[in-house]
Amino acid sequence: MGAAPEIHPRPAAADRRDLAWWVDKSVAILVFTGGISAIVFILGIFVFITKEGFGFIFGSLDIGGFFGSTKWRPTSTPPTYGILALLAGTASVTGLAMLIAVPFSLGAAIYIAEFAKGKTREVLKVLVEMLAAIPSVVWGFIGLMVMNPLIINAFDVPVGLCVLNSGVILGLMAAPIMTTIAEDALKAVPDTYREAAEAMGATRWQIVWKVVLPAAKTGLVAAVLLGVGRGFGETMAVLMASGHSVNLPTSVFDSVRALTATIAAELGETSVGSDHYRVLFTLGILLFVVTFAINLTADLIVRGIRKK
Amino acid sequence: MSQFTATPRNHRQHRRQSVVKAIFLLMTVLLIVPVLLILTFLIVKGAPVLSFEFLFAMPENGMTAGGILPALVGTVWLVTVALLASVPVGVAAAIYLSEYAPDNWLTRAINLAIINLAGVPSIVHALFGVGAFVLFFKFGTSILAASLTLAIMTLPVVIVSTLEALRSVPQAFREACWNMGATRWQTIRKVVLPNSVSGILTGVILEVSRTAGETAPIMFTGAAFFLPFLPQGVLDQTMALSLHLFVISTQVPGVPEGFPYGVALVLISLVLLMNAISIGFRTWLRGRKKW
Repeated sequence: MGAAPEIHPRPAAADRRDLAWWVDKSVAILVFTGGISAIVFILGIFVFITKEGFGFIFGSLDIGGFFGSTKWRPTSTPPTYGILALLAGTASVTGLAMLIAVPFSLGAAIYIAEFAKGKTREVLKVLVEMLAAIPSVVWGFIGLMVMNPLIINAFDVPVGLCVLNSGVILGLMAAPIMTTIAEDALKAVPDTYREAAEAMGATRWQIVWKVVLPAAKTGLVAAVLLGVGRGFGETMAVLMASGHSVNLPTSVFDSVRALTATIAAELGETSVGSDHYRVLFTLGILLFVVTFAINLTADLIVRGIRKK
Repeated sequence: MSQFTATPRNHRQHRRQSVVKAIFLLMTVLLIVPVLLILTFLIVKGAPVLSFEFLFAMPENGMTAGGILPALVGTVWLVTVALLASVPVGVAAAIYLSEYAPDNWLTRAINLAIINLAGVPSIVHALFGVGAFVLFFKFGTSILAASLTLAIMTLPVVIVSTLEALRSVPQAFREACWNMGATRWQTIRKVVLPNSVSGILTGVILEVSRTAGETAPIMFTGAAFFLPFLPQGVLDQTMALSLHLFVISTQVPGVPEGFPYGVALVLISLVLLMNAISIGFRTWLRGRKKW
């Protein structure tokens, strides 16, 4: 056969310059504005919290004292702003939460994605989704009213608002989200992998352990990272369940104070433009940068999977 | 022995598989059951407090008596204004991403921004709300400032669910329409949107559930600890259910024991009900799908 004849279709819509064409163009611009709004907002967040926090960073910030001191005394004279204890508080609570949430949510994700069938699977998925919807202030209330007396009675300690309490609460909060993302990652492994393994006579568990998990590894890491981000940034639940006292924790029964909770508790008492006000925005910048880094890493990991 | 008979090794593997499966099931159950128990506990403690008066009376004696009407009304205000702001923007963004966006760096940047809007801590959104809406745009602490903060925070919910709804419309529908000489917008309005509007609605209901439960973003932008009147407009401050729960369970002495449980129960019922409607609606839609 000779060369195919060149086709020059007359693009019906594209050549017109009638009302429909103009409407089409304006809508394209309108939805483009909507599309880039997400970028505008995320930049806006950065610009506005930096604007308020800048004065402190370049005025009174002493990096060594800021990160190296445990003395968070913004209202004493002279005030000292050392966030080491707050960092330790956030780290200990998030760490414990992940210790609880990671194994359980990965286990649940594997069960839902690989073992559960039909109705059971649907019911479990809906339940997990509902758990993810419980507001954080309700979790904080649970920490205050349920976990607190439970810990006091079980471990015979004077106060139950501590690392253990907020860690467990945060773990229960982060687990449904991690389960959902981890399940998606397992689902993304092509069924042909499973079928090939099954054809070789592998049992379901062998398939999961030797085929599915290695293939979904990076997605699972992303799920854990997003869970860490969630725990790190959680505010109300930690504020209510951690005891909120500035402390370098030495045991899980110590009260601690988290970065997020500090902002929530103190912003209302500061006057706009004061050093205390600015230092709280500086903590905000720190939170923003860390969560941005976590989300970016998780996104790059997930994107890496899709490329393959 | 035939090669298809189970060997002792097969039996061992089978047993191991059963054990492993049981362990994973146990983990799933341990994840879900304690929370269900806690919820039951909240219902048992909160239900006796609930009454017509509790829901629809003003608080009295420094919130130690009376009802939660201003908090209930305030939450409705906040959610409504937040939806009015975020749904148009979110749907537009989703239409752009689904129908227009080329696969380039800008689209990747938009996606990254959406992920980050969802991932930034709620208290950082609160700081942004204070810096931008309360101070810079001079809305003061008001429903408007709080709702806009909530709107930006929950924007990813609308975008992601709308995107899912739009993408579930088969490409062939669009192509058929284009071939008739329709413009892109005509195709979207007459073919894509009618086929995805219920999916978009699912996302909006889900956003109601998310918005109603948020506390930190509204603490400093428009929600008040206590107000003896109902808000009259978007520039008024307001009480809110979520903040009210925080306030009466940690800040106010002398609140009757059942009160916070009652508020928690109302809040959680509202949130879970919205969530259940959204999930049920989605399941129904999937079952009904003709293609």
